Amino acid sequence: MTSSRSTLSIYGEKAIELLIRICGVSAIFFVFAIFFFVFREGAPFLADPKFSLWKFLTSTEWYPTSMSNVRYGTFALIAGTLSVTGVAMLIAVPFGIGAAIFVSEFCTGKLRELLKVIIELLAAIPSIVWGFIGLTVMNPIIQSVFHVQVGLNVLNAAILLALMSIPVMVSIGEDALKAVPDSYREAAIALGSTRWQMIWRVLLPAGKNGLLAAVLLGVGRAVGETMAVLMATGHAVNVPHSVFDSVRTLTATIAAELGEASEGSPHYRVLFLIGILLFTITFIVNLVADLVVKGIKKK
Amino acid sequence: MKRILNTTFIAAVAATLSLTGCDKKGSASADKKAGVSLQNIGSDTMVNLAQAWAEAYAKVDPNVSVEVSGGGSGIGVAALINGTCDIANSSRKLEAEEEEKATAKYAGKHPTEHLVGYDALAIYVHPSNPITEISIEQLSEIYKEGGKVNKWSEIGVTMPAGQDEIVRASRQNNSGTYHYFREAVVGKKNDFKQGSRDMNGSKEVVDLVGTTPSAIGFSGIGYRTAKVKVIKVSKKTGDASVEPTIKTTLDKTYPIARPMFMYVPPGEKPETDKYLAWIVSAPGQKIVIESGYVPLEAFAPKDAK
Repeated sequence: MTSSRSTLSIYGEKAIELLIRICGVSAIFFVFAIFFFVFREGAPFLADPKFSLWKFLTSTEWYPTSMSNVRYGTFALIAGTLSVTGVAMLIAVPFGIGAAIFVSEFCTGKLRELLKVIIELLAAIPSIVWGFIGLTVMNPIIQSVFHVQVGLNVLNAAILLALMSIPVMVSIGEDALKAVPDSYREAAIALGSTRWQMIWRVLLPAGKNGLLAAVLLGVGRAVGETMAVLMATGHAVNVPHSVFDSVRTLTATIAAELGEASEGSPHYRVLFLIGILLFTITFIVNLVADLVVKGIKKK
Repeated sequence: MKRILNTTFIAAVAATLSLTGCDKKGSASADKKAGVSLQNIGSDTMVNLAQAWAEAYAKVDPNVSVEVSGGGSGIGVAALINGTCDIANSSRKLEAEEEEKATAKYAGKHPTEHLVGYDALAIYVHPSNPITEISIEQLSEIYKEGGKVNKWSEIGVTMPAGQDEIVRASRQNNSGTYHYFREAVVGKKNDFKQGSRDMNGSKEVVDLVGTTPSAIGFSGIGYRTAKVKVIKVSKKTGDASVEPTIKTTLDKTYPIARPMFMYVPPGEKPETDKYLAWIVSAPGQKIVIESGYVPLEAFAPKDAK
């Protein structure tokens, strides 16, 4: 009885091990499958004689459905994505890292639990709801506060994106600070530093890698966000000159146009090329993060 | 204690499972009773109207449920070509190329076109804007690539300081309204001036215009609200301008009115034919008027202005 049970449990263990292994490997499989699919749909167009990669990246003229002169320039869309993400990070990094420090170092007891729950709740708001807030709440506020004609602009979308990426930054940043051993804090205090000196001179340098990872995950969240920016940027193909200009992002362009582009048409292929472009941007962000982290480690 | 908790938990789970099980059975039999469902996809201009038709038709024939979704005429036409809808709504005529593709999909049979009403494409501005009329020429200069008009003062409208720049609201390029406006106003061979706010729906255009004093936009007349002003349109600057109404749409004096179509792929269900016949009958056309659009000529009220 007992022996049959143990063979069963051995096989069961093996089966579970296999299952877990498959789970782990599947992530690699899916990433490569998605890579392959997007490249297969988009890459053939690179070889098209009518297509110029230089123009694709540098021209500001995006006329995919023109009847007379089709032009696929994504520069304005790239500028849109980068400007919105950049401004969002200017807002989100100080708030996100500041909140992480507060939650991890200053806050105790009930307030801390309450804050964590509420910040996590912020992450649970669907992006379309953020879009609604952008359209109906932020739009009139920006119009009346800054006296601009249209409140759907870089600033509006950047504030929404900042609010969306702050929870990610706070929870990962807080983990990074918690991972700094208490002996560091104790040593700093013992040497007579103030709390502020301890955080600025000891904690932040020690938790640098984790904090950087937190910021970059926030950047990734912002670059990839679609629905909220589709609604809040004003959706105008335009290289912005100020934060009050309307723009259009790469992601929003794919979302708005892929539904109609018939499969295999140049327009469809170009939208997939934009997908590859987004891939490349996030890949570069990750790579830079990796290199920076490694560089810090060597020191 | 733990065991008791466990048992109650399991009992609770079992109860919910059996409940949902019952629910599923119940809804399945209800589905059978409901009979046929028709997928109706397409034009954003027509989506509210199509929804109103679907709701009214549920009372006429409870066995048929019509499921309406919008997205734009381009989405409807794509669904027609891919064979994923029973009826495609479109606020523009099928292009020759699309007709070919659809015919190829259905082994040489053509989709049938049904004219179900008209829309007067309204030009919307903010109520505080003093403008009362505009010409197609002026609209073209405002919207087309290389067009000369960028400020209200350039077409003789005096706006308060800081509101002189025209904020152009337009539509995304899978919209039938976008295609029609390009054909009728901008010029088929021309493109739109870049930097217009390309909104995702007719309602968004009207919303943007309603909250922006210096904006101008175009959308179906059915989207008119109290927060925007509809202005008269003339063919040429200096010509008499015309207000979009049922009468001016039907006698074609309003220059930017357009037919609304429903396309049906070949081999349709008999219920589809019945539904379309009802739409072009008196009760269906009454709903067109109630939705703010223009009915077929035979059903226009006699005293319509």
